[in-house]
Amino acid sequence: MSDDHVYMTLAEGHEDDTRWAYGTGFEDPLHGVDTTVPEGIDAGELAALCVALADDALVSAQRLAEWITRAPELEEEVALANIGLDLLGQARLLYSRAGQVDGTGRDEDAYAYVRDAGDFHNVRLAELPNGDFAFAIVRLLVLSSWRLAHFEQLASHPDPVLAAIATKGVKELAYHRQYAAEWAVRLGDGTQESHRRMRRAQEQVAPYLGELFTACDVRDEVVTVLRQVTEAAGLPMPVYRPLPGSGRDGEHTEHLAPLLAELQGVARAHPEATW
Amino acid sequence: MVTTLLDARRARHVAEGVPDPELPMLTLADLGVLRGVELTEDGTVVARLTPTYSGCPAMAEMRADVAARLREAGYARVEIRTVLDPPWTSDWITPAGRRKLAEHGIAPPGPAPRGGPVPLVLSPTRHAVTCPRCGSADTEETSRFAATSCKALWRCRTCREPFEYVKEI
Repeated sequence: MSDDHVYMTLAEGHEDDTRWAYGTGFEDPLHGVDTTVPEGIDAGELAALCVALADDALVSAQRLAEWITRAPELEEEVALANIGLDLLGQARLLYSRAGQVDGTGRDEDAYAYVRDAGDFHNVRLAELPNGDFAFAIVRLLVLSSWRLAHFEQLASHPDPVLAAIATKGVKELAYHRQYAAEWAVRLGDGTQESHRRMRRAQEQVAPYLGELFTACDVRDEVVTVLRQVTEAAGLPMPVYRPLPGSGRDGEHTEHLAPLLAELQGVARAHPEATW
Repeated sequence: MVTTLLDARRARHVAEGVPDPELPMLTLADLGVLRGVELTEDGTVVARLTPTYSGCPAMAEMRADVAARLREAGYARVEIRTVLDPPWTSDWITPAGRRKLAEHGIAPPGPAPRGGPVPLVLSPTRHAVTCPRCGSADTEETSRFAATSCKALWRCRTCREPFEYVKEI
């Protein structure tokens, strides 16, 4: 490898594939994994499930990354970035699985970089703008508790690849939920101002709770966790005030399109670029 | 046949010696991410790697490093396969790996949590982590997330030094 300058090594030949996720020249994150879909599984349903879970993760990762240089302390910035990175990794694995299963052979980049907002199936809670740190914590607590409970179920999914991705994800999500829960207690049981901000964040999150439970039944598990945290934090349980529509059906707030414009801009402007 | 067996063993030895890109004091074998090296009938070396964390950006680097080392060692055909199941846990770090981490000022992980539903614990039940520099057990966590996915930041109250700690997962 020539290493006169870092950009020179980036410009070296990358065989035949071009990829954007971590720069070009990398292999599929599922490279070499047995990709057979077991009999009796509806490939369309499996692919749709993988895409929805990947979209939740990709959009959340993008919002978490926006905290970099803006978090209250360096440690929190590092934490939010690490959580985003775990989710980005989960998204890559899930998109790759979806492309193998749905018959299109699309790779992770095709899902992440060339779909429009209406083709994304993430829950709307993931795409809402960052707001203050209290909102980030309440959202992360809800999304990580939901995703952890869902992944615990998916660990015994009949598709071995999805089951393996979920089993791995459970361990990561346990750290995310722990982080969010500890901050929720610290802020809810902190000063008058931090308590007020947490209450406000709960109000903002409430309308978006319903669509989490349309496709999977983990409501009891999530409610148990939220009750445990809100009790320790001296906060009320959030109340459902469901909004019509669902991000799962491609119906989004006005905030998703600008997020995607930033996420996809370079890849769309230079689709054949290698670096 | 004997040559093939020796060759397979040599290929395994080469792959096992590749250093981790983020924790270069460890080999991939020490870290427990190398799940096997085989020589197929047509002479292809197949090395199987498992990621530590789903989003670990070092995974692509590891794949490239193992392939490059094997090619340098004279194996023309190399294939690197990803293995997801069973998932990597910090229990896969070998005793030699743990010793090397401690020697380099990084506290090795304790036993990984058991499988099954993960309980949320809000009461302070933090286990003691020993300072890798002075051996004191009077330490505290400063941040559960650090420069790489697999590490946390801790501080020793006795020698006052900060140190990294490989998390249980």
